[in-house]
This record gives sequence, C-alpha cells and structure tokens, in this order.
Amino acid sequence: MGRYEIRLSGAGGQGLILAGFILAEAVVRFTDQEVIQTQSYGPEARGGASKAEVIISDEEIDYPQVTKPDFLLALTQEAYNKYNRDLKEYGTMIVDERVDAAFRGGPTYVVPIQRKTQERLGTRLVVNVVSLALFNHLHEVVPVDKLQEAVLERVPRGTEDLNKKALELGQELAQELNTYKVFREEEEEDE
Amino acid sequence: MSERVSLMQGNEASVEGALDAGVRFYAGYPITPSSEVAEDFAAKLPPLGGKFIQMEDEIASMAAIVGASLAGKKAVTATSGPGFSLKQEIIGFANMIEAPCVVINVQRAGPSTGLPTSPAQGDMMQARWGTHGDHPALAVAPSSVADTYLLTFQAVNWAERFRMPVMVMLDETIGHLREKVILPSREEMIIVNRKHPQGSPQSFQPYDIEDEDLIPPLPPYGSGYRFHTTGLYHDETGFPANRPEITKRLLDRLHDKIDRYKETLYLYDSFGLRQANQLIISYGGAARSAKAAWRIAREKGLLVGLLILKTIWPFPEEIVAQAGHDKNNIVVAEMNRGQLIGEVERIMDKRIPIRGAQRADGVLITPEQILAQLEGVN
Repeated sequence: MGRYEIRLSGAGGQGLILAGFILAEAVVRFTDQEVIQTQSYGPEARGGASKAEVIISDEEIDYPQVTKPDFLLALTQEAYNKYNRDLKEYGTMIVDERVDAAFRGGPTYVVPIQRKTQERLGTRLVVNVVSLALFNHLHEVVPVDKLQEAVLERVPRGTEDLNKKALELGQELAQELNTYKVFREEEEEDE
Repeated sequence: MSERVSLMQGNEASVEGALDAGVRFYAGYPITPSSEVAEDFAAKLPPLGGKFIQMEDEIASMAAIVGASLAGKKAVTATSGPGFSLKQEIIGFANMIEAPCVVINVQRAGPSTGLPTSPAQGDMMQARWGTHGDHPALAVAPSSVADTYLLTFQAVNWAERFRMPVMVMLDETIGHLREKVILPSREEMIIVNRKHPQGSPQSFQPYDIEDEDLIPPLPPYGSGYRFHTTGLYHDETGFPANRPEITKRLLDRLHDKIDRYKETLYLYDSFGLRQANQLIISYGGAARSAKAAWRIAREKGLLVGLLILKTIWPFPEEIVAQAGHDKNNIVVAEMNRGQLIGEVERIMDKRIPIRGAQRADGVLITPEQILAQLEGVN
C-alpha cells in the first residue's frame, strides 16, 4: 500500500489523539509498515475541534503532514466543518449520525457512534475506541486481537473492561456498516 | 543485542539519546514546544539515580547544568527560542571555562514569544553567534525521530570529548512528530567520557595542556582536584590573566580544538549527488519536505541531488562545496528568512546561482515550494 492518510477528528476531550496514538503504535508493533502520527497542539487542541493524524505507508514517509486525507472520521459538526475540506476525491468518511455531512463521492458512512456508545456502555468516554475499531475493520490495519492488545496497553488502568466492550461495539457497528452507507441522491432514485 | 523498534516522538528521542549517552542531570524551565523533554527526563532520571530539577528560569537552568557538569555529571537542558536567548550568556561562560553540556533547543517561530506551537528554524545563526565573543560552536539539527536519538547521543559525546556546550537544534516539526523508529541496541552505542587527570591533586593545573587534542582533563569537583573557573581570560592555573599572549593562546586553543577535528564532525546524508546538475540543501524539519521534493523531481526525470545537513556548526564547508561545485542551480530550503543560505553563498563559486526556498509563517515548508525553485519542473 502506498501512502494512506488518516484524519480522526472530533471535540477536544473525546480522546481522538489517544486513538491516533494507539493506531500508530499498533502499526509499529504488528505490521511492517511505516507510520507517522501528528496532532493539533496549543489553543487549537483545547476544546472546540481537535484532530489526530496518522500516515501509514509501505515506503519511507518523508513529508510528515496530512494534506489530502484518504480517510476522515468526524464525530462532531464543528470538526467536520473544520477538517473535511481537503478530503481526497473519493476519500472515505465516517461521521457521527448527528453530523450533517455532504456526500463527497467516496464511501460515506453515517453511524450512530455516540448514541450507541451511550446506550450500550452508559458513557461516551470510549467513543474514541469504538471509532478506532470501526476504522480498523474498514481498513484492516491489524487483526482485531492485536488492536485490543494495543488499546489495553495505553488506556488508563481500571478501564480495560469498558474499553474491551467499546471494541466489541465497534466491531458490531462495523458488521452493520453497509446499512449506514449513504449514496448519491440520483443513485437512490435509480434503485 | 537487538534493534529497538517503537513509536517515538522527537522530543522523547532526544531524552533517550541523552540517557543512553550517560546523562544523569537535567535542569530546565519547561517551554512549548520542548516541554515533553522536561516531562520525560522528570520521569526517567530518578529511577536511574539521576537528578531532575525544575528551575526558576532558563538562566538558572543553564547555570545549573554547568555546575552539575563541573561536579562530574553529564548534564542537559532543553528550551525553545525565548529560553535559548536567556541562556546565551551562560553558554558563553561554558565555552570559556570548557564545561561539557548539551542544550536542546526545540525551535518555534520568533522573535520573542512568537508562535509557541509552530515550527521554525530561526535560531540557526543564534546557535552560532548567540553569545558574544569569538567562540567556536558545535550544533546538530535532526530531521527525523531516529536522527534525534542518534544526534543527541552524539552531542553528549562531543560535549564530553571537546569540553564545550553542544546545541541540538530541533524544531517543532520533528520535536512533536511521532514516527516508527528502529534504534541500534544500547550495546552498539559507543559512549565517550571526559578525560580525567593522570597526575596527583597537588600538582594539578586545570588548564595545563599536555595532550595533542588540546583538551585539558576535567576532574569532578569534590574529588580532591581543586580548581578555579572564571569567564575572564585565564592561564593554566584557572585564574584571570589579561596578558595578550595568554588571551591569544586560550582563544586560539578554543578554536583549534574543534578545527583540528572538524572533518570528523561533519554528519550529513546525501542522495543522488553524482547524477545531478541541480542540488537541494536542507536540514531539520524542512529536510522532510526537501526529501519529498527531491523524490518528486527525480520521478519527473530531473537530475537533482539532495544534501541533508545534520552537523550545522562547524558548517560543513568542504562537504557543501564538494556537493555543489559542479551544479548549475543550488536550492537551500529552510524555515526562516534565509540563514544557512548565507553560509552556502559564502563558500560557493559566485557563478553558481543559489536560491532560497524559505518559509517563516509558522507552517512547515511544502515540497511544492521547494520544487518551484528547481529548473525545469514544469
């Protein structure tokens, strides 16, 4: 695989920087690929919209910044508005169901990530890990058990069970992913 | 003995490199974008029997590492532009008394407090001439996380070997970057320690030069070898002496101890220099974009070479001259308004066009900006 750019975005505090870090670490530990992780710092990282970016490649990664993400996760409207513009043509998007996202031509999934996490786990603390499991399923970065190993290594002690359940929920949503796929309006008319 | 593979941040790698080189003392005043360096030393030094001190300011931090160094420890401080400015006076003092120490400067956009979380390479000349007087300088600039480990390790070794402050000129891009690194096993890393006096404490003269390398031995304070240090010109006793011949002898020696070995100090990477009629020169974070520009140019069929400087001071004149003498366009890519381009211009034949690809707005220079300075891109 050539250079693949991933942008995970949401509100500050949703743990997306940790998710990006865990993803990058999983790549280092369980694959032969190169990986880079960057994040927003400073005022940009506090409250409001926040992002973590990961680049995965078979080859050396020279320029370290994401310029045209192949994949965008947006958990909030603010993050979507701020970070969707440079998505690659036909790039993949997963957005929370409460985000009003424009169809951009690539695979687009509108998933009730926040609602299901709250309903099933009684907290939204782990939306980052639910999202990570969803992305990992879609992109097959590492096997599920390896992702779990990477997650449990980095989450705060005492939250292991909650995070395991978050991974299960993410897997579950991933199985149903096609039901969340949105299509161009004319395509729907054709059907 | 096996390689160490991990996901590591640039700032973290500088700590690893320093610790592996034997650093056991850190004093600093945390400042973005270098704060992770302090954080990491605070976590890792005590279990190794080392000391971490958060000082009242940057000046005191610099003074503390000079003191620790004289007491026998390998010592480091880290900062960013505003703190680097404050440290300059004591960097000069360390040069004069020949105290081994390492200053990590994770550059951000300046002048003054500038842009705390944005990359820049605006302190390159400050690393050379920031403190007053005709002193020599040793500085390196890493362009990857792995390089940060290796060059910080090297900086500690050089500080010990040459008895002087060494600057690790990181920038926000590399300092905050996390990437996969493959580091050599610790057993493969060769540690250099300062020389200790061979004679008795009674006959000890702190600046008596006996060795060919022009470096006086340095016993730790408290070991029975008593000595005085001063920022004034001094003779072999370590006490002030303002006679012209003593001034000349000391200043010449401070320079000669580096000049004599400078060609062993030139660290760099080069790519495709021979089959090239154009050359890109870069360093630090900007070198990542330069590497991308070089790759894209090659894919377009252009004959371009790339020289990534790791050692900045002493400026690798012979290396740059050798790489550039047969080129018809040289592009110097850096995140400032043109600092090392002046060094390149100084040493190259005036007939060779030299262009700057420069960016100083707090954003990492792009490969496209560098490509735009090459001939025949479009």
